[in-house]
Amino acid sequence: MTTDLITRLEKIVGPRFVSGAAEERYLYSMDQGTMPPSEPDVVVMPANTEEVQQVVRLANELKVPIVPMGAGLVLSGLTRALRGGIILDMKRMNHIIEVNPQSRYAVIEGGAAQGMLKSYLKKHHPQLKHSMPDAPPIATLAGNICIHGSGHLSVLGGSHSDMLTGMEVVLPSGEIVRTGSCSVAGEWFGRSPLPDLSGLFLGWSGTTGIVTKLGIKLFPSYKHNDVLVFVAEDADQMPDMISKLTSTQVAEDMTPWMTPKPDWAKGFLHINIAYGAHTKKELTFKRNLLQASVKKYIDDKVAGFLPLPAPQKGRFLQIPSPDLVRFADLRKGGGFEYVGAIMAIEHFPQAYRAGLEIAEKYNVSYSLGARIIGAGHSMMFFFAYAFNRADAEDVKRASDALEATNTAALAMGGIPWKAEQPAQQQIIDQMDPETFALMGRIRSVLDPNGIMNPGNWEK
Amino acid sequence: MEHEDILHRCFRCGYCKLPGNYVDINCPAYLSFRFETYSPGGRMWLLRAWLDEKIPASKRFAEIMFSCATCGNCVEHCAFPEFRDRLLLAFTAGKEALLDAGQAPPAVRDYLTKVQLHGNPYGKSVKKSSQWMDGLEAEPFSDQEYLFFADDVGTYDPRGQEVARSVATLLKQAGISFGVITEALNSDGNDVKAIGETPLFEELAAKNIKILNQFNVKKIITLSPHSFNALKNDYPALGAQYQVFHYTQVLAFAMGNINFSSDNEDVTVAYHDPCYLGRHNTDYESARMMLRSVPGITLVEMDRNRKNALCCGGGGGNFFTDILSGGDGSSARVRVREAVEAGAQILAAACPMCAVMLEDAVKAENLDSKIQVQEVSEIVNQRL
Ligand SMILES: Cc1cc2nc3c(=O)[nH]c(=O)nc-3n(C[C@H](O)[C@H](O)[C@H](O)COP(=O)(O)OP(=O)(O)OC[C@H]3O[C@@H](n4cnc5c(N)ncnc54)[C@H](O)[C@@H]3O)c2cc1C
Ligand code: SF4
Ligand code: SF4
Repeated sequence: MTTDLITRLEKIVGPRFVSGAAEERYLYSMDQGTMPPSEPDVVVMPANTEEVQQVVRLANELKVPIVPMGAGLVLSGLTRALRGGIILDMKRMNHIIEVNPQSRYAVIEGGAAQGMLKSYLKKHHPQLKHSMPDAPPIATLAGNICIHGSGHLSVLGGSHSDMLTGMEVVLPSGEIVRTGSCSVAGEWFGRSPLPDLSGLFLGWSGTTGIVTKLGIKLFPSYKHNDVLVFVAEDADQMPDMISKLTSTQVAEDMTPWMTPKPDWAKGFLHINIAYGAHTKKELTFKRNLLQASVKKYIDDKVAGFLPLPAPQKGRFLQIPSPDLVRFADLRKGGGFEYVGAIMAIEHFPQAYRAGLEIAEKYNVSYSLGARIIGAGHSMMFFFAYAFNRADAEDVKRASDALEATNTAALAMGGIPWKAEQPAQQQIIDQMDPETFALMGRIRSVLDPNGIMNPGNWEK
Repeated sequence: MEHEDILHRCFRCGYCKLPGNYVDINCPAYLSFRFETYSPGGRMWLLRAWLDEKIPASKRFAEIMFSCATCGNCVEHCAFPEFRDRLLLAFTAGKEALLDAGQAPPAVRDYLTKVQLHGNPYGKSVKKSSQWMDGLEAEPFSDQEYLFFADDVGTYDPRGQEVARSVATLLKQAGISFGVITEALNSDGNDVKAIGETPLFEELAAKNIKILNQFNVKKIITLSPHSFNALKNDYPALGAQYQVFHYTQVLAFAMGNINFSSDNEDVTVAYHDPCYLGRHNTDYESARMMLRSVPGITLVEMDRNRKNALCCGGGGGNFFTDILSGGDGSSARVRVREAVEAGAQILAAACPMCAVMLEDAVKAENLDSKIQVQEVSEIVNQRL
């Protein structure tokens, strides 16, 4: 069966881009997080939509599972082949197809990397930028949008799935469909005013289709960029501070962070506020607005803005920031994973305290923080735990801490984002049963043979 | 295995796959094969798995390990400071372990056997090592200031010989005092070491050092950046005490001695940084200085230049073993397309291997009418 599958896949994408070898099966069986490995039978790298379609048709014929994968950096094991089958590594499909500078959108292929789009825009459209996550630059836009990611323009534009303007998707049954304006007109300007079919593929962890093209919103790129760091000591005041800062509507990105290292940061709650402007005058105006919004706290001497030396400021302005990646080297063991829970801002103090308690209880190295989404409409609160992958006990400690964090996040009204398979179960247990039943009905219509990333979002 | 202690520390984040400006994939092995396994992080994890007996030492595993072009992009752009300095050392140690286990690919074994038997990978007799000088009237080394070291490619490869002749001609034009040793010099051993065969490297180096010392050599000009790297950085640990220069470094400061013809056509040139001159030895300027001093030349930069340069794919023995192989995604082919995109009419190389690799790529891409590959001294010599 596997030999037949491989031979037929080779006919579709060429022998160079198919492998059932032990090396690929091993490496693609896991990601950098704590989830246990699960091997695919074969890894395939298509070059275009038609090849994806043929692979999907073959998988249906042979009833073999398919797992779409971008850079595989999700950390929560969503690109593992839980039931074996094919991993579809999308990164050969990495072209930037179109940039519309007037209507400010870009159309890219399903395996295009964040870093490559950033670089392309810098060269060809320096007046434009897209919202980058702090994921490593090889992470794909499709993988990130499919999981409702967020990034450096998320205060301005919401989560990255809110910035999606349309998609081309190969359905689990093999048809190629388009969502958004590109399904009617030639342009990819937006998802309204049509029935919003894009939602069929967002947040489903690759269980409903394979995104082969997508459109995303671009935003003005500023000549002058700055970051302020607001420091507080009382977590209970954080929701109001965030609310006041976002009410100015000038920040592009707002990321609270709380870490025990470096020493000067321990015990304090920081909020990085990134903003930009076309002129220096405008930048000063925006800075004044931000500072004025939290004046009460400064006057009361309970919080203040941190003076930032130039190198530190430069580091904070780096996009993507490599700091979180470097957290993986904290225990000299190449591992970290985080629970990112999407929740309402008012849960900030609870989340912060839960993070500290869990880190202490499980004796794990931690980094806590959040990214504000929209004008304080929600946040992605992250609880990151580093581990040494060469030390099974340390991995288990981190894994237990993550599980406890998922439980705590759900209990306080948050929802684990890009949830690991066990966390999906926890979410389903708490979900309105009718909602889960509808998810099941949609999946059985889209994917009658149950081939798309099976094992996820199942009871 | 040496450096085994760092393998598990790689996070497999993939910063190392890209250049610092993220333009496109910049690891030649990953660019060519595209499986995660061929990326720097992939090879770190696979090496760990092999040592833990989670995967066998297969033909494919050997191909993965030996496809590394030792270009140093991963070392330059890995997200972890300090750790990254040991990346290439770990890859080389991995290859060494595979060689010890008798698992090297046949092409690697052939390469090493030839070097072992003949002192060079062409399997040529050292008696033929003066052929490259035909028509050059190069002086035998006696008491000149420099020895000119032409390495394997410059000595035995037909195109490499042209490059060696051209460089030697320009050195003469610039009034540099140099001589050559025609007998018995072996391969510099740089790529033998990069392939993981350290004992053979040491043997080659020791033989070369003996001869160089017999001739009382003090200062050396190398043709190849690979020789430059070995002689400058690795030979001292084996007792060598020479001042070593790449030819562009000597010529960059001697360009004032050169008279150019007054009727040169204007031409746009992009310079391809060789890994062993650039990333490995941080000289990004000497060749550019040379080119800037030539009337009529407009220097343009490719998106990937200096620390971000894309390797031609010839390092780590791949020039001889061809494990990286051709195909649309081979880095040499991607590189010449990039040069055309940058608007260059000439792609300048400062390494005989790069020159050969990139010329083959221009042919494979059918770009002959748009761009020509020339070695830096050839560009200068044509304008005298
Ligand atoms: C250091 C670090 C920092 C991070 N920071 C951020 C951050 O700031 N913001 C953020 O949002 N995330 C962040 N992440 C999480 C994650 O890495 C990113 O969201 C990343 O963009 C995911 O993209 P990917 O290509 O790696 O997706 P993958 O891991 O490959 O896939 C993610 C999911 O999408 C599915 N998928 C992938 N491609 C397709 C496709 N073409 N069609 C259908 N389904 C597909 C997969 O099956 C999987 O379920 C971070 C991760 C790390 C390691
Ligand atoms: S950048 Fe460094 S840590 Fe990250 S994958 Fe590459 S080698 Fe590993
Ligand atoms: S040295 Fe170059 S070819 Fe080798 S793994 Fe690093 S980036 Fe890839």
